[in-house]
This record gives sequence, C-alpha cells and structure tokens, in this order.
Amino acid sequence: MGRALLIALIGAAAFAVLPALLPSYYLGLVTKMMIFALFAMSLDLMVGYAGLASLGHAAFFGLGAYTVGLLIVRAHVSEWIAFPAGVLAATAGGALFAALALRARGSYLLMITLALAQVVWGIAFGWRTLTGGDDGLPGIPRPVYFISLAGETAFFYFVLLFTGISALLLAAIVRSPFGRALRGIRESETRMQALGFNVWRHQFTAFVIAAGFAGLAGCLYVYHNRFVSPDFLHVVVSAEALIMVILGGVGTLLGPAIGAALIIFLEDFISSQTQRWLLILGIIYVATTLYAPRGIIGLYKEYTARKKQR
Amino acid sequence: MSALEVQNAAKNFGGVHALRGVSLSLEEGERMVLLGPNGAGKTTLFHTISGNIIATSGSIKLFGADITRLAPDARARLGVARTFQITNLFANLTVLENILLAVCGADKLTFRFIRPLEGYSGIQARARGLLDTWGLSAAGDTLVRNLSYGEQRQVEVVMALSGEPRLLLLDEPTAGLSPAETLRVVEMVRKLPRGMTILMIEHDMDVAFEIADRIAVMHQGRIIAEGDEIAIRGNKEVSDIYLGVEETDA
Repeated sequence: MGRALLIALIGAAAFAVLPALLPSYYLGLVTKMMIFALFAMSLDLMVGYAGLASLGHAAFFGLGAYTVGLLIVRAHVSEWIAFPAGVLAATAGGALFAALALRARGSYLLMITLALAQVVWGIAFGWRTLTGGDDGLPGIPRPVYFISLAGETAFFYFVLLFTGISALLLAAIVRSPFGRALRGIRESETRMQALGFNVWRHQFTAFVIAAGFAGLAGCLYVYHNRFVSPDFLHVVVSAEALIMVILGGVGTLLGPAIGAALIIFLEDFISSQTQRWLLILGIIYVATTLYAPRGIIGLYKEYTARKKQR
Repeated sequence: MSALEVQNAAKNFGGVHALRGVSLSLEEGERMVLLGPNGAGKTTLFHTISGNIIATSGSIKLFGADITRLAPDARARLGVARTFQITNLFANLTVLENILLAVCGADKLTFRFIRPLEGYSGIQARARGLLDTWGLSAAGDTLVRNLSYGEQRQVEVVMALSGEPRLLLLDEPTAGLSPAETLRVVEMVRKLPRGMTILMIEHDMDVAFEIADRIAVMHQGRIIAEGDEIAIRGNKEVSDIYLGVEETDA
C-alpha cells in the first residue's frame, strides 16, 4: 500500500510538471487522454469488477456532455450549475438504463445497452431544433471557476484534478466491501445471493456509479472541445472505450487508463497519416484478444512472474 | 415453534412433477437427513427452502415467518445458509477472500464504498478465526480453483457456517469425497453448535445415520418414510428403493 501511494505521488508530480515541458498541442492531447482514461476506468468498474458488459457507455458520456452544452448554449445557465447538472443527468440516465438493461446478462446485456445508447444518439441526431442535429452545439466556452480555464495549462490542471480524484475514488470503491462484493457477484451470483447479498442492487449501484463517472468525463470533454455533437454518443465511442479497457487489462483500473492513453495517442498519430483509423482500431482489438487477452497489465504481470521464476 | 415448517410444497417444471406435496418440520437444533435416489426431488426441495426456486404451491415457514416467496438473499439474511451440490465458490479468489465475503454478507456489511475491506479488522479477524477453527489457515492465500476437490467442499461448508445461520442446508457435502475426506466433513458437521438446525442431503446411509436425529426418505417427489435409524432400516419401501427391488408403478 505504501509503495502504491509513492507511485501515485510520483505520477501526480510527473503530471504536474507536464505543462512546463509540452507544447500546447500535446498538452491538449494529454488532457484528452486523461478524460478518456476516466471514461475507460468508469467502464472498467462495470465490465472488469461487476462483470457487466456494456456497448452503450457513450450514452452517459454524451448525456453529460449534451446537458452541459444545452444548459450553456440554449438556457444560458451558469457553469456552476451546468457542470454538476451534466454529471447528475448522466447518473440519472444510468439509473434508468440499469433498471431496463439489468434483466439481461452477457451478450444480451451488450445488445440492450447498445440499443439504449442508440436511442440517445437518435434523439441527439434527430431533434435538430434542440440539439442542432448533426451540426451539434458549437460555441461552448471553457468555464471560469474562480480563474479562467480557457488556456490549455489551466484546463489541463482542471482535468487532472477531476481525473485524479475520480481515479482515487474508483480505486477505493473496488477495494471496499462493495467492490469486493462486485467481484464475488462476477464469479457467482447464486453464491452471493445465498450469502445474503442483494445481487441486483449491487449491479444497479455499480452501473449508476459507472454512468456518473462517464458523465463527468463527458462534461470535461465538452469543455475540452468547446463543442458537442452526436459523435460523442456514437457506438464507436462505446466500442473504443471497451477496447481501451480490454487493451489495458480488464479489472485493473490502471490498465484501462493506460489503454485509453495509448488509443488516444494512436488515434491522433494515425489519423494524421491515414483515413483508416477504424481499421487500425479493429486490428488492435483482434490482436489484443488473440495475443494479450489480459491486456497490457496482464502481459506485464506475466513478464514479472517469469522473471521471478528464473 | 418449528425452526422449519414445509407444508405441502409442490413444484412442477412444465409437466414434470419434481415435488408432489412435501411436508416436513424441524425443531430448533434438530438434525435431519434427506435420503433418496437420484431424481427424488431432494435438491428441488432444498431450492424451494433456500429460495433459488419458488414452490408452485404450498408454504415454507422459518421460525414461524412465511418465507415461501422470498428471494434467496432475503432468506439468507433471515438466517438460512446453504451449500450447493455442485461446488459454488469464487474460484478466482483466495480461500480467505471467499470467507471474507461470507462474513461480510452475514454482517450485512455491503454498501460501504470507501474504506478498503482490509481496514475492517473485526471482519478480517472473524474470517481468519473461521479458517483457524476449521483447519484451513494454511490454505488461506490459495486460490480456490487450485484447491483439491475435498478442500473445496470444506470451504463450501465453512462459508455456509460463517454467518452462524439458524438453519443450515447441506446439499451432499460428502459427494465425491474420499473416505478420509468424508470423515473430515462428518466431523465438521458433528462439531457444529447443537442449537443450529441442520437439514442435509446425503446418499451415504452410514453418514446419514451418523449425523441425523431423524431421517426422511424421498422418492418421486414425495416423502415416503420418516423416522430414526431403526424405523428407516426396518422400512420395507425404503429397502426396496435402495436395494433396487422391482417397482410396482413408475
């Protein structure tokens, strides 16, 4: 535990000095990596710990983003209200989706979450007068919370603060009695029931917490982009998040964060070279499931275990 | 008041009558063994008591409270614990982690989100104490899937015990065990507090007579005989079933 804390502190310190080292474009890219790291970690709570597969996680990301965008652009609400309202809307959306989707398990759950997320996408795409349809909502300024967050450096620290606190909370949750119960449920629902655990209520809570953190990531991303469009809700975003989780290592929290950083970096790099990013993403996914099903963290663990054996 | 009172419980799976009106009653602290050939309905009866299956008709009472339609977890919180015929453990967790979850469930320590489980010293101490008591301390850090089958069966029993249940349901805890391992499990059951009411499914007659105060024999969804060792050994219908004498109807 002491070592983990030390690593966390060194990591935080390393992040804190980044703005002094990186040009503003790359600082913006790292900011985006952190946002998606938070998004991927929130999905990992569901997939990796509660064992609930989801192909609709972008719905909560987009619900958060659209709530902020609509409140700012259409309702001219203060950013002090819009930001928490975005997180709240995603959390409420999570509760609704969980209530509808948790009847199913496995690939059926995957299908239902996908379908529900497509409904949200459809609304954002189709309700032009409210959401601007395909054009999205441009002109969402970065907020002023005591200081202006318009600059890349200030915004970087803003995102670092939220991602850092969220990561600590999620790390605490997975080690708490609740998080341990989720792992038990993933292993055997009937056994957990026989031990007196209300399985549904645990899964529901995990789903809602995951949606809340995904919504937070969405709220940060809308400020990052100063723009929100139906692309935020697209199934590709959900799939990307799932690939981030799998690439990094399911059920490790740190892995999905690394996976997110890697995917965001590759997306940026490859998109500047070719139009075929989705093809590359697919190849990454296939290669991961074939050669590293436990992800980057799994590879690292195998490597250290082998070194110890020698 | 009976610890467990099953009245006329029936369960149909489509056209299959798994239970055809079973009634039985256990006093507090009583130990009953259910005997019967495969397909007699023993496990179905267990499931209706533990809540994994809801009886089609009839009623089930735990210390006077009607639990016929309660969910399994609600029954567990009222003091019903069970083992499963097919080992049902958290295979990818360690033995200690398995027992910790059981203790958490028993203590209703469920929706706590921040402090790590390691920080709950009372829970940790109780889980380790259970491992000590039942001679599993050495295996505490072993993943359950790496245990021998016999050890897994023991973990299964310890898990059910960890909440000090009022009613303990043991579904063939000795099935598939070597004679030495069977002896260990029988010893475990004999060492349980006398106040704990136990209902156990068992195929081995000797084990059954060793443990039970009373025995009920099931056949084709009904209880066909009930009583102590002498009564059961002397029952013609029972020996017919067990000795495979030709049956008059099917």
